[in-house]
Amino acid sequence: MSAIYILWLRELKRYVRSRSQVVASLGQPMLYLLVLGFGLGPVFQRAGNGSYLQFVGPGVIGMTVLFSSIFSGLGLLWDRQFGFLKETLVAPVSRLQIMIGRTLGGATVAVIQGLLVTAICFLAGFRTQHLVAVPMAIGFMVAIALVFAALGVAIGSSLQDMQGFQLIMNFLVMPIYFLSGALFPLTGLPKLLAFVTRLDPLSYGIDGMRSVLLGRSAFNPLIDVSVLAAVGSVLLVVGAYRFSKIEI
Amino acid sequence: MIRVQNLVKSFGSFTAVNDISFEVAEGEIFAFLGPNGAGKTTTIKMLTTLLHPTSGSIRLDGLDPRTHQNEVRKRFGIVFQDPSLDGDLTAWENMEVHGVLYHVPRKVGRARSEELLKLFELWDRRNEQVKKFSGGMKRRLEIARGFLHTPKILFLDEPTLGLDPQSRNQLWSHVKRVNEAERVTVFLTTHYMDEADRVAHRIGVIDHGKLVAQGTPQAIKDQTGTANLEDAFLALTGSTIRDESANSTDQMRQFAKMWSGGRR
Repeated sequence: MSAIYILWLRELKRYVRSRSQVVASLGQPMLYLLVLGFGLGPVFQRAGNGSYLQFVGPGVIGMTVLFSSIFSGLGLLWDRQFGFLKETLVAPVSRLQIMIGRTLGGATVAVIQGLLVTAICFLAGFRTQHLVAVPMAIGFMVAIALVFAALGVAIGSSLQDMQGFQLIMNFLVMPIYFLSGALFPLTGLPKLLAFVTRLDPLSYGIDGMRSVLLGRSAFNPLIDVSVLAAVGSVLLVVGAYRFSKIEI
Repeated sequence: MIRVQNLVKSFGSFTAVNDISFEVAEGEIFAFLGPNGAGKTTTIKMLTTLLHPTSGSIRLDGLDPRTHQNEVRKRFGIVFQDPSLDGDLTAWENMEVHGVLYHVPRKVGRARSEELLKLFELWDRRNEQVKKFSGGMKRRLEIARGFLHTPKILFLDEPTLGLDPQSRNQLWSHVKRVNEAERVTVFLTTHYMDEADRVAHRIGVIDHGKLVAQGTPQAIKDQTGTANLEDAFLALTGSTIRDESANSTDQMRQFAKMWSGGRR
């Protein structure tokens, strides 16, 4: 237990100490929120979908949590390069505990980032139906964070160095983001696109947040919760397995 | 304490460790010497559960690192050849994390950390982030951390690389102290032959993945008919210079250096 705690704490300390990184990682969501939120607003309104800022808010929060959690998992590569990973791998602690500590730490950081962006959304004029919706939305943030932190660990354990990083970014992270319905409604899409968006776990996370925050959703919230729970459990198992197989 | 039989490790067509066998008795200081790329670090990685051998058997305190990973990990401590500190944490926090990972009771951990940080003259800077440390200080911290828990076997992979003579002296006297007082078995590698001659009870020389000689320092000198260990080493391994090709880690580090250099 204490090993999980200390590794969780380490992730948090690293996060708090890299202030420039915190600010930098908020730049992209703000760009999406403010530029797209206000830029596409009139078109969206004319199409009869209401306020785009309202619509894109949960999408941008989801994106922040996605990026932050998946990168925390890939931080494994960084630790591999700079050696700290070895220190944890030779310690008499089961790899499962190490993996859980890291994943929880990464997920916690991702949720904090998500909360910061939520605050920015509210500042920009985003409003929810009721305030009770916010804790429920945080629940979905936690689910998204766990799913993708585990995915990050699974990938991070399988790559040898940072060379594959760009590949993961372009062929995994960005598609997950763009296909999730963060930026557009998932209803009335062409068949193929509709199919692909349903394969994307982030779709259900963002849809879930939209349903609790705005009362509009493409799927049933219960489906959102069950898909996230199922995918999350599978990825945690895969991540733990891949992590246990690391050789240096 | 350590028993290695017919150990082989190949990476693709390259055989890094080629059929070596040796034993290290309890309470012994064993120096494992060899030129760059001879297979020293690969052997240590196999002994410390980080790599799986291609074939052959290893026993640490009677246990197989392949099947009893955690049991084996409880028995050894290691100072790696390349850095393994967390640069974002302070020196004290690095010690703290290590203490927790190795189940050192909190109070004992604190007391020992203080003692060790003072011994290696890092106490005054314990609350600074490690990334701000010089190479020598990082090295010292790494060594101090390696001594935090009391293992049965201590692996030291080129521990004195980049240390000044004062710190080197401090290190070896501490190694001797724990070896004598706590019967810790020590398995070390170094490029400084005088150090090996001074501290090691027995020596093994590895070259191109093969163990070419083993015995007491005196026996090795006698065997080669040389006056000191350096000459004996050259007689055994030849005088050609070996190059290790830079691996991705080195390339990455260089890249990171370039980056952090640019930012400052």
